[in-house]
Amino acid sequence: MAAHLKKRVYEEFTKVVQQQHEDLSAKKLRLTKPSKSAALHVDLCKATSPADALQYLLQFARKPVEVESVEGVVRILLEHYYKENDASVRLKIASLLGLLSKTAGFSPDCIMDDAINTLQNEKSHQVLAQLLDTLLVIGTKLTENPSVRMRLVEVACKHLTDSSHGVRNKCLQLIGCLGPVEKGVAKEAESQAAKDVQKIIGDHFNDQDPRVRTAAIKAMLQLHERGLKLQQAIYSQACKLLADDYEQVRSAAVQLIWVLSQLYPESIVPIPSSNEEIRLVDDAFGKICHMVSDGSWVVRVQAAKLLGSMQQVSSHFLEQTLDKKLMSDLRRKRTAHERAKELYSSGEFSSGRKWGDDAPKEEIDTGAVNLIESGACGAFVHGLEDEMYEVRIAAVEALCMLAQSSPSFAEKCLDFLVDMFNDEIEEVRLQSIHTMRKISNNITLREDQLDTVLAVLEDSSRDIREALHELLCCTNVSTKEGIHLALVELLKNLTKYPTDRESIWKCLKFLGSRHPTLVLPLVPELLSTHPFFDTPEPDMDDPAYIAVLVLIFNAAKSCPTMPALFSDHTFRHYAYLRDSLSHLVPPLRLPGRKLVSSPVSPSITPHEDPSQQFLHQSLERVYNLQHLDPQGIQELLEFTIRDLQRLGELQSELAGMADFTATYLQCQLLLIKALQEKLWNVAAPLYLKQNALASAAAKQILEETYKMEFMYSGVESRQVVIIHHMRLQAKALQLIVTARTTRGVEPLFGMCEKFLQEVDSFQRCFISELPHMQGSFVDKLLDLMPRLVTSKPSEVVKILQTTLRQSTFLHLPLPEQLHRATANIIEPTGESDNPLRFTSGLVVALDVDATLEHVQDPQGTVKVQVLYPDGQAQLIHPKPADFRNPGPGRHRLITQVYLSHTAWTEPCQIEVRLLLAYNSNRSKASAKIPKSTWSESLEALPQSENGIEGTIPLSKPVKVYIMPKPARR
Amino acid sequence: LSFFCLGPGAGQDVGRSCILVSIAGKNVMLDCGMHMGYNDDRRFPDFSYITQNGRLTDFLDCVIISHFHLDHCGALPYFSEMVGYDGPIYMTHPTKAICPILLEDYRKITVDKKGETNFFTSQMIKDCMKKVVAVHLHQTVQVDEELEIKAYYAGHVLGAAMFQIKVGCESVVYTGDYNMTPDRHLGAAWIDKCRPDLLISESTYATTIRDSKRCRERDFLKKVHETVERGGKVLIPVFALGRAQELCILLETFWERMNLKAPIYFSTGLTEKANHYYKLFITWTNQKIRKTFVQRNMFEFKHIKAFDRAFADNPGPMVVFATPGMLHAGQSLQIFRKWAGNEKNMVIMPGYCVQGTVGHKILSGQRKLEMEGRQILEVKMQVEYMSFSAHADAKGIMQLIRQAEPRNVLLVHGEAKKMEFLKQKIEQEFHVSCYMPANGETATIFTNPSIPVDISLGLLKRETAIGLLPDAKKPKLMHGTLIMKDNSFRLVSPEQALKELGLTEHQLRFTCRVHIQDPRKEHETVLRVYNHLKGVLKDYSVQHLPDGSITVESILIQATAHSEDQGTKVLLVSWTYQDEELGSYLTSLLKKGLPQSTS
Repeated sequence: MAAHLKKRVYEEFTKVVQQQHEDLSAKKLRLTKPSKSAALHVDLCKATSPADALQYLLQFARKPVEVESVEGVVRILLEHYYKENDASVRLKIASLLGLLSKTAGFSPDCIMDDAINTLQNEKSHQVLAQLLDTLLVIGTKLTENPSVRMRLVEVACKHLTDSSHGVRNKCLQLIGCLGPVEKGVAKEAESQAAKDVQKIIGDHFNDQDPRVRTAAIKAMLQLHERGLKLQQAIYSQACKLLADDYEQVRSAAVQLIWVLSQLYPESIVPIPSSNEEIRLVDDAFGKICHMVSDGSWVVRVQAAKLLGSMQQVSSHFLEQTLDKKLMSDLRRKRTAHERAKELYSSGEFSSGRKWGDDAPKEEIDTGAVNLIESGACGAFVHGLEDEMYEVRIAAVEALCMLAQSSPSFAEKCLDFLVDMFNDEIEEVRLQSIHTMRKISNNITLREDQLDTVLAVLEDSSRDIREALHELLCCTNVSTKEGIHLALVELLKNLTKYPTDRESIWKCLKFLGSRHPTLVLPLVPELLSTHPFFDTPEPDMDDPAYIAVLVLIFNAAKSCPTMPALFSDHTFRHYAYLRDSLSHLVPPLRLPGRKLVSSPVSPSITPHEDPSQQFLHQSLERVYNLQHLDPQGIQELLEFTIRDLQRLGELQSELAGMADFTATYLQCQLLLIKALQEKLWNVAAPLYLKQNALASAAAKQILEETYKMEFMYSGVESRQVVIIHHMRLQAKALQLIVTARTTRGVEPLFGMCEKFLQEVDSFQRCFISELPHMQGSFVDKLLDLMPRLVTSKPSEVVKILQTTLRQSTFLHLPLPEQLHRATANIIEPTGESDNPLRFTSGLVVALDVDATLEHVQDPQGTVKVQVLYPDGQAQLIHPKPADFRNPGPGRHRLITQVYLSHTAWTEPCQIEVRLLLAYNSNRSKASAKIPKSTWSESLEALPQSENGIEGTIPLSKPVKVYIMPKPARR
Repeated sequence: LSFFCLGPGAGQDVGRSCILVSIAGKNVMLDCGMHMGYNDDRRFPDFSYITQNGRLTDFLDCVIISHFHLDHCGALPYFSEMVGYDGPIYMTHPTKAICPILLEDYRKITVDKKGETNFFTSQMIKDCMKKVVAVHLHQTVQVDEELEIKAYYAGHVLGAAMFQIKVGCESVVYTGDYNMTPDRHLGAAWIDKCRPDLLISESTYATTIRDSKRCRERDFLKKVHETVERGGKVLIPVFALGRAQELCILLETFWERMNLKAPIYFSTGLTEKANHYYKLFITWTNQKIRKTFVQRNMFEFKHIKAFDRAFADNPGPMVVFATPGMLHAGQSLQIFRKWAGNEKNMVIMPGYCVQGTVGHKILSGQRKLEMEGRQILEVKMQVEYMSFSAHADAKGIMQLIRQAEPRNVLLVHGEAKKMEFLKQKIEQEFHVSCYMPANGETATIFTNPSIPVDISLGLLKRETAIGLLPDAKKPKLMHGTLIMKDNSFRLVSPEQALKELGLTEHQLRFTCRVHIQDPRKEHETVLRVYNHLKGVLKDYSVQHLPDGSITVESILIQATAHSEDQGTKVLLVSWTYQDEELGSYLTSLLKKGLPQSTS
């Protein structure tokens, strides 16, 4: 019986599982191996024409070859190689050799000699190149072996004089990938060829073929990547290559120059045609800047990108990049930026420009004007004005990186960045706003700049507006007019786009707390208070008014004199807002009011965190008291769970941890409770009610384990084992309950079989973790496994029951960081009383806006569920593009959900909620085990216990009032 | 071989571009423009200059038009139909499409409005256009067997192109007008490293380096936006083509971005037609428009509608583009008169205004204008000036020169004084000679034409195999025989040449005697010489033959005792003509004598 069972288990495995395939069908493999190479041999011998042979080879290449048979196949191929007259067939064989030596687990050193030998008599350049490529593959597989590398490099050097560019190309590639990197090895090897790879490669910088030149530079870069210190002498050679006719050469040369400038930043190089000398990094910087106005955009992008990472460059060179001397009819002209600055400093602001306002001033000495500077002059000015947006983006990124390291440069590039806010391509605009945010620590915005920045608030793109809000959160503004301007513009934005409410409030919160002294003089005006008259009380629900209050309250936090300016209703509004929007309104020290929580939190957090301690203590308490009487354990668990839940509410940073453990304890509690049931003692069918309780418990545990596994980010494999173990216990419980309540043994067969499969797969997946699980359910179960396999279902159930009772409670280790995935639907708010009316049978689009936190890979997992009143549920997969990523661990889902229904007589509410779909394929455990086994076995399970298969509710449901009207005739 | 750059029109002057180039015996006319400032014969180039007698068609091989502005193509019907030219005329597709519209418009104004006679007719424009051959960008067109032309993108206006004209290995690049900075609707001019013998470049802004375009655009948009928000009306007088489209795109995208609702109008007629062509030639526009056109053609304006006379009196804010650009007549002036009285309104002049026009007056600050019929118009509306120009500035010109790497530069289409400055700069920074001929002046440029020679493959392979590494740029010495026969050059190996010409080979040997003071015996001397040479010439094969002579490669050295003086040995050095270099080196080496310390 059991033997039958086992056989069936294996049968199933062979059907679906790949891993099994390997160990089980080893015999089969041995059978096929000789036949495979033999078949190839026969085929090739049969081939009458080269075209035929080529066809056979092509067919052969489609099928994978097993590790053991690789060598044999290679021998046969080589044999044919020598016989073959047609170059194309030899070429294919050569490429096949390369493919075969890539086979995992095969060590190609045995075929290396043959491969090198083939090179000797080869006439066709293409085949030669392909053979060298094969050697490269072999070489990269045998990197640890210096003598092999030596030999290959020697071979490559020999073929460097070949007249075909392809062969030289491959040779250089080979040298680049395999050339000796360590000095020591070079000394040992007496062979002169490998003496100086750098020189050999360097000689090919002047090759007549641009492709070879490119390959030479790439090989050099490859050597650098592998850790060889390039010689400084290459620098002058590389500089010459910058003027090459071919863009790929120039592009690679720019990279090489950059590498050298990073290696020897401080060495001195002479400036040609003068006696002066400058630092190498400055010189390289100048040269790369020059390439920003290259003819090819690929080179321009490359150059602009690299500029960003040259941080050692001296500041006056750096500042030149933003410099462009204007002139008109040979007279010096000021740039618009300079004029704006002057206007600002002279106290005048924003006068309309008249004709001739930009009239040129002083005469320029014609000799002094240098139209094309060899230096860095105006590189960024050019880059930012480039035709291709790729170049512009690269330039903005480079600006960002340079500005982050140099505050003075940040100040200077501000004008240019602000200009980029008006770029025609949205990506560029967005990028420049982000850049500005990143460097905002170093800068203070002038009023005229702020003006331009704020103008973008009216942009119709939500991303741009939100990026700008983020930017305003961390900007420094210099004057109170600036703050006022910002507020006015933000309020304008609010009226134009009411959906931006949250983000604007948040922005004002930071704006207020950053500039308390600037807000202070504005308070009377903003609150429209009057020294003598009482003004009407503003409407508390007005988002604009709330925005103003958010600004003021946050400023008041560090400005104790401010509350004196508040009128009575302001205090009342404060109390209201402090409660309703506590994340935006800080606790204030108001006269006549006691402060409850503020002194507590800041004083203790620095040293040992008591709440953390508390968490660990309470957990230890639970784990230590293993052998208390059942009642005691239950009570203790209940208390601890309650404590943990409360802790999670109080301490947001520990919420994930506390919830996670509470859930685990809850599972344990349920399990204990279920096992305490009386039903175990009495004849089965009598206690239907209790039985319901036990099976409900099993279901709930299953559900909770899925939540634990998939809803928390930061769960490690140690936790996953425990979770799976708990799930296994729940399944055992389910099995027992079913066994108790159903008559007859037939249905039990299937269940037992499945359960045993699961135990088996558990063992395979977590074999490394098993030693840590002594005394646990699974540990005992595995001891009994031989018995289980051979016994009848009823016996199995009995054994399970006892082991379940006897097994100990596993200690759940806590990971460093644990966050619970949460989601919050912002739109729709669910407050509207106006039903969304649409004609039945047609669709209506519902805007959904939600924030997600700590959700990994939301594009794949987050779904929107719509529940209609008739119980019909609809699952919508949002497009990947609907997710934005504003910060680490945070995501924003902005999407449209299409609703449709047949006509209703009156409006009704539908529920919208977010779900987290999980799939056992993506299980964290499966990352380290062969994928298929685990997933296949799990998929076979009936998983429909949850409301919707494979999903966990992620957010609270939001009700939306809709009304499908019957279509009018 | 020389080039003649003859300027019937342009040269050191703006307007009336017309250049004649003679390249390797081919005559090409570049552009055929008119001068806007004149109304008499001077407006067209003097074509009698080209050939005193004889037909133009016989003299000119082709005519190339760079773009559709009238100062580059205005005289074309006059030239082809009235003076008489039947050869091919080359221009790009958009130019071919738009050019006749402009010519027709021009004709209407001169003939119908000003009542001139003896001017070309509509039929003439049509006939002229039949002679036009349209070219694509980067398409090499063979005009005849030797002459080929190729167009490059030039920015400036839709369809503007730079042309490379090539005869054999000599080439000229003519830029026409071009723009090196991209704008809202067109990209930047681009050329590959074609290394022409001569680059003919415009130099309108020879002494100007312009500020970033972004500031100007931002200012423009801000002003328009503010006025519209105030409820005011904005008038933008424009010319029908070029800038008008750029400003339209600018406003259209801004409206789109900022979600504005105020209407924008566009005067009908010519501009509408032109917009149609912009819609068609989307490949000639910039990256953004090209990329987004799959979703929406940017020239299918969402916010910009055609203008109707009655709209001018509508209340509320609006923006109107109206022609002509200098407020001297037509619709723009009408609207200006209606709106001038309200200080909420604004007029933005996007370009230069000629003296005497209303545009010029208001820009120079005049607030009270005298209109026809002694009316006094008080201007209360705001007047703004924005310059949007699509010519390359000094930096742009330099950049183009850097890209193309010409051997000579010739500047046209600019003012003499400004050109002088740029010329000096070009010569100083690129070390190429630069010319700037005046009107009617001829510049002759001498080139070093390279002459192609056929080489036999066997010889090439053999010779390249001798050197160590083939070097890309350095000239390489080769031995071979040059055969000049039937107007073709061939380089073949000497053996083959001999065979072909039926000659027998003669060998030329040089023999030289070197006297050496050496008292020892002959064979000892030989041995010493051998050791010495072996020590010095490490890279050559030095052999001591059994008959007592030495060979260095193919050079033979024999030693005999001097007949009179036994202490003096005579070394006989003999080499063939081919080994002249090594042979003379050897003799000089031996003449220095042998080193004393020999063992």
